[in-house]
Amino acid sequence: MALTFAATPHAAVRKVSPRGRAVRRSLTGWAFAGPATFLVVGLSLFPAIWAFFISRARWNGISPGVPVGWSNYERLATDPDMLAAARHTLLLTVLFVPSSIILGIVVAIALNQRIRLIGFYRTCIFVPYVASAAATGILAGFVFNPQFGAANDVLRHLGIPQQQFLESPSQALFVICLIALWGEVGFCTVIYLAALQDIPRELVEAATMDGASRWRVFRHITLPELRPVTVFTGVWQTITAVQLFDLIYTTTRGGPLNSTQTVVYYIYELAFQTQRLGYGAAAAYLLFAVTLMLTAGIIWYSRRRGSEVF
Amino acid sequence: MRRRLPFSPWHLLLMPLALLFVLPLVQMVLTSFMSSAEINQFPPKLIPTSLHLEGYRALLTETPALRWFGNTVLVSTVAVLAHLVLCSMAGYGFARLKFAGRGLAFLVIVATVMIPIQLLMIPTYLMFARLGIVDTLASAFVPWLASAFGIFLMRQFFLALPVELEEAARIDGCGTRRTFRSIVLPLARPALATLAVFTLLSSWNDLLWPLIAISDDNRFTLQVGLANFQGMRRTEWSQLMAGNVLATAPLILAFLFAQRKFIATMTFSGLKG
Repeated sequence: MALTFAATPHAAVRKVSPRGRAVRRSLTGWAFAGPATFLVVGLSLFPAIWAFFISRARWNGISPGVPVGWSNYERLATDPDMLAAARHTLLLTVLFVPSSIILGIVVAIALNQRIRLIGFYRTCIFVPYVASAAATGILAGFVFNPQFGAANDVLRHLGIPQQQFLESPSQALFVICLIALWGEVGFCTVIYLAALQDIPRELVEAATMDGASRWRVFRHITLPELRPVTVFTGVWQTITAVQLFDLIYTTTRGGPLNSTQTVVYYIYELAFQTQRLGYGAAAAYLLFAVTLMLTAGIIWYSRRRGSEVF
Repeated sequence: MRRRLPFSPWHLLLMPLALLFVLPLVQMVLTSFMSSAEINQFPPKLIPTSLHLEGYRALLTETPALRWFGNTVLVSTVAVLAHLVLCSMAGYGFARLKFAGRGLAFLVIVATVMIPIQLLMIPTYLMFARLGIVDTLASAFVPWLASAFGIFLMRQFFLALPVELEEAARIDGCGTRRTFRSIVLPLARPALATLAVFTLLSSWNDLLWPLIAISDDNRFTLQVGLANFQGMRRTEWSQLMAGNVLATAPLILAFLFAQRKFIATMTFSGLKG
């Protein structure tokens, strides 16, 4: 597919109209970009539009669907299971996002020191991120087992009463949040570590020369420099928390007494356990809308505070 | 000669934290080598008295775990290779070639990043059912053939590459395809490695999608097989931990050997993704 150039003798002989050349250039371009574009559009934009039509029907996937307009959405607003699931997702997000950001910053600062064993510490702290959420969930079931798990053993040594952890309706969601943090803090830490290393050394040195204490350097130089990254980690971790599924599936499956049934888990149950496809799709659209608003909210708030990232 | 650094109070924070992160994984490995009797002892023990292989033996003989492992390897391999080929081509197309509809197509691709899997799983399942590929391994890897993130990553990389080399190749008579294959791709090795690590991590560890798409237990991926196995045998801890080792060890070993590459991938997907 040799291109023609004014310098080559062919160009003079074979007169290619500018239009013909543009068409050929487009063909080459689409030959490169087409396959991946087709896959991405066919596996996300197209299903997303279809999901909207499904969400306006009552359908079990086998018999023909019955169009019901907006009634799936209206029913969701008063569905007690949906409201409970939304509460659980909200609680999980509110617990998970700030703690992963704070932990990420603290651990990144610690890992940014030039001290012995730092390579060992880094490896240890990043390794859980590589383990799958499914394996993490199964492992957590063992560690937090009320009868012979390591968690209760530690509590016993500290003289604290034994706990039920994942088997207690009042504790399970908190334990899941803790496990999710164990798996995800590595990611936040890596991001903050990279951001810390981007802070110009002169800035810190100048402040120290001017007599700023370590705390003031942290408060007035490090933290503001980390703000743009924090907008990103905030958005990213919010999405992670809202979409948490694998961990719940392999620890509690929404139990005990539905106490860890999040919106995502509820959608899965609606669509693939009880075959209520229309209702499930409506719940998924609602979740999508709320996530978009949350994301937009975080970005808007950060813009107002003066950091431009997106 | 390395200068000995003075003891730092940061150790007091880092040491317990590091142990907290790594000890559960150590316990996972050790437990996979224990007998059931040892696991059910009270108080619990961390170190097995001797190397018991019952967990592994039971897992491999009573479940198709090896098959699941093979399925996961296959799905991840196809995913990584397809990503490398398709996303680097598309990234190059969007970065360097001018064609009708380029701007719009790229905009659409970037917009799809926001669409969550929960929205896609119902129609994608129905679509695959109509194509007749539900419950085959194809249904597990087709969603991983290309991604918006991959296209975006490669495009950003090619945009940052100096264009002079390609121009020189073109003047020497190289066509677009040959310029891409022999000049551009060799330069793109770091970006390709990042893309490979990213795709490997996400396709190997995926549970939700194969859980929906596959119900025949000979076609399970490792993650689905384990989740399913756990649902049936909640108390066979040595077998469960053996399965966990099988599912996590390959990536953990890869991480230990290529830590820099993994961290660069995490950083990239964070700062630019």
